[in-house]
Amino acid sequence: MFDSYSISELGSIFVMQGFAGLILFSVYLLMALGLAIIFGQMGVINMAHGEFMILGAYVTYFTSQAFQHFLPALFPAYFFVAMALAFVASGTLGMIVEWGLIRHLYKRPLDTLLATWGLSLILQQVYRSVFGPREVGVELPAWMMGSLKLTDTIEVQINGLFVMTLTVIITAVVAVMMFRSRWGMQVRAVVLNRMMASAVGINTERVDRLTFGIGCGIAGVAGSAFTMIGSTGPTAGQLYIVDTFLVVVFGGAQSLIGTILSALSISQTQSTLEFFLSGSIAKVITLLGVVGILMLRPQGLFTLKVRR
Amino acid sequence: MNPETTPRTGFLTRSQLVGIALLALLIVVLLPLTLDIFRLNLVGKYLTYAFVAIGLVMCWGYGGILSLGQGIFFGLGGYCMAMFLKLEASSVENTKIQSTPGIPDFMDWNQLTALPWFWKPFASFPFTLVAVILVPTLFAFIIGTAMFRRRVGGVYFGIITQAIAAILTILIIGQQGYTGGINGITDLRTLHGWDIRTDHAKFILYFVNAALLFGVIGLCFLVRQSKLGRILVAMRDKEDRVRFSGYDVASFKIFVFAFAAALSAIGGAMFTLQVGFMSPSFVGIVPSVEMVIYTAVGGRLSILGAVYGTLLVNFAKTTFSESFPELWLLGLGGLFIAVVLAFPAGLAGIYDSHIAPRLAKWFSRKGRTPTPAMPVSTPAE
Repeated sequence: MFDSYSISELGSIFVMQGFAGLILFSVYLLMALGLAIIFGQMGVINMAHGEFMILGAYVTYFTSQAFQHFLPALFPAYFFVAMALAFVASGTLGMIVEWGLIRHLYKRPLDTLLATWGLSLILQQVYRSVFGPREVGVELPAWMMGSLKLTDTIEVQINGLFVMTLTVIITAVVAVMMFRSRWGMQVRAVVLNRMMASAVGINTERVDRLTFGIGCGIAGVAGSAFTMIGSTGPTAGQLYIVDTFLVVVFGGAQSLIGTILSALSISQTQSTLEFFLSGSIAKVITLLGVVGILMLRPQGLFTLKVRR
Repeated sequence: MNPETTPRTGFLTRSQLVGIALLALLIVVLLPLTLDIFRLNLVGKYLTYAFVAIGLVMCWGYGGILSLGQGIFFGLGGYCMAMFLKLEASSVENTKIQSTPGIPDFMDWNQLTALPWFWKPFASFPFTLVAVILVPTLFAFIIGTAMFRRRVGGVYFGIITQAIAAILTILIIGQQGYTGGINGITDLRTLHGWDIRTDHAKFILYFVNAALLFGVIGLCFLVRQSKLGRILVAMRDKEDRVRFSGYDVASFKIFVFAFAAALSAIGGAMFTLQVGFMSPSFVGIVPSVEMVIYTAVGGRLSILGAVYGTLLVNFAKTTFSESFPELWLLGLGGLFIAVVLAFPAGLAGIYDSHIAPRLAKWFSRKGRTPTPAMPVSTPAE
């Protein structure tokens, strides 16, 4: 399959596809981060994670509309406001869901899967009824359009670069929160031993609610970033949910580094293969590879040693 | 329901026999007498899902293995049957106008000039019948062996089966020339020269389907009552203890998963026969999870409950989506949440805890209250 390209062309193809893969990587990683917190740390399978992401995307869309109509002067900066709003909206919904639904199911992980699947159906229908079935796209501010030309054959889009930078920052924030903050310590304590955590005075219910809320909030931010590179429809979240779960499982559910590396390897494989094969076959090969490796190494790439 | 406390006749207890007889009365007598052929065909279609739901009762309710990919096996069974019917429908006389007569129309549209090798054996009906059961069962055996030998279970298994369902759907849609793509295999006409599209054929197929369903129900009761069934339940509740007692846990898991797959495959094949087409929309993640909800609504521990659950959810789906399409997804989602939160044992649980004691009071001379079938407080992990 490489016959018809020269070496330098191949190099450019790999760089360009690598860059496209990095954008995919950003989306996967942003979604997987929230999921890694919720699934990895709490053991809750949140099938509605994609819908929390879409909520963030819709919030971003409406913020952009509002800025266009009422504050056109500040339009270039709307994205940062939208991102904060998306975090708050998805996080709040997440906390409500945790209070109303998830907290009753901590002892039954498989049932959280069914219940949140139901939730995802409800949210999809609500989006469809409220926002309409059509896909919506935001208008990018001028500074995010266009692309940087690195060499004659290689150029990269600015919005892609922006999303990537954002991903790096959010990942860093999550890492600091998990491993350096008091909240992160409490979360990890609750994960390791709920009874003991509660015995030393950690309010485990509050920690759970906050953890779920923050996980969903990050999904909202992911949705916000998602609007930069694609359009948003009521069912867009469902397209990503299985991929995202595979990313988290493949990386090793409790490991942040694992999540990052597995998002990177999956997205790079997929986008590189996509250039040479058809999109569907590229996806099939990637997923098959992941499933195959998981069969050989069920605990994922990286695991924390926890007592079970 | 508890084998020790109710009198037994053969391998079934009296209450189980009554339950089966009531279901048979409903499916074989009442529904055919009251519904027109269009509605009856719809019921027949729902009952094909009941095969999957019963498989899930065995696999999830008793074995503790939640598979989110039963659509894979339903689809494989259905596709095997559809391939046979399609080959019969695309005989040389029927496809004279194509550039290559004698191959299915979608292959012709995709510029294929010869029948692919894996289609060829499906020209034979006996081979097809064997393949309908064997292909999905083997596939499940491979997945099961790979996963359970390495002690992958619970949530991970669910996610991986889901991924496999996604892969298969993408593959079927992507390989249009070989599989018919997103439209699936359509325009199926005859089975050995017998037109399956007529009302009369639909009527007969309904009863064939019902007979198979009751065969499967009997088989499941047999498995459940046997030592095998008890080991399955023990394995679900305390896997390590069963392992330490010297049983090879993985083999039992593989068995029950492959068994459920075989049941789903029968459902899929009957679906193709009754509805007249097969498409990837019955393979993927969404239908697979929907089939889990049938089981959950009926009661994950009740074989007969699964049939009622399937019928109820599908009736509701048809009624709602005919009159209020907007509300259907809300209703389905709400149903998921309500079943999980409030009725983890489903309809069968409601029957056992509310209706059965009253019935017992009315009918029983001894006034004994039956004990619930299974501990509902510890569903599958």
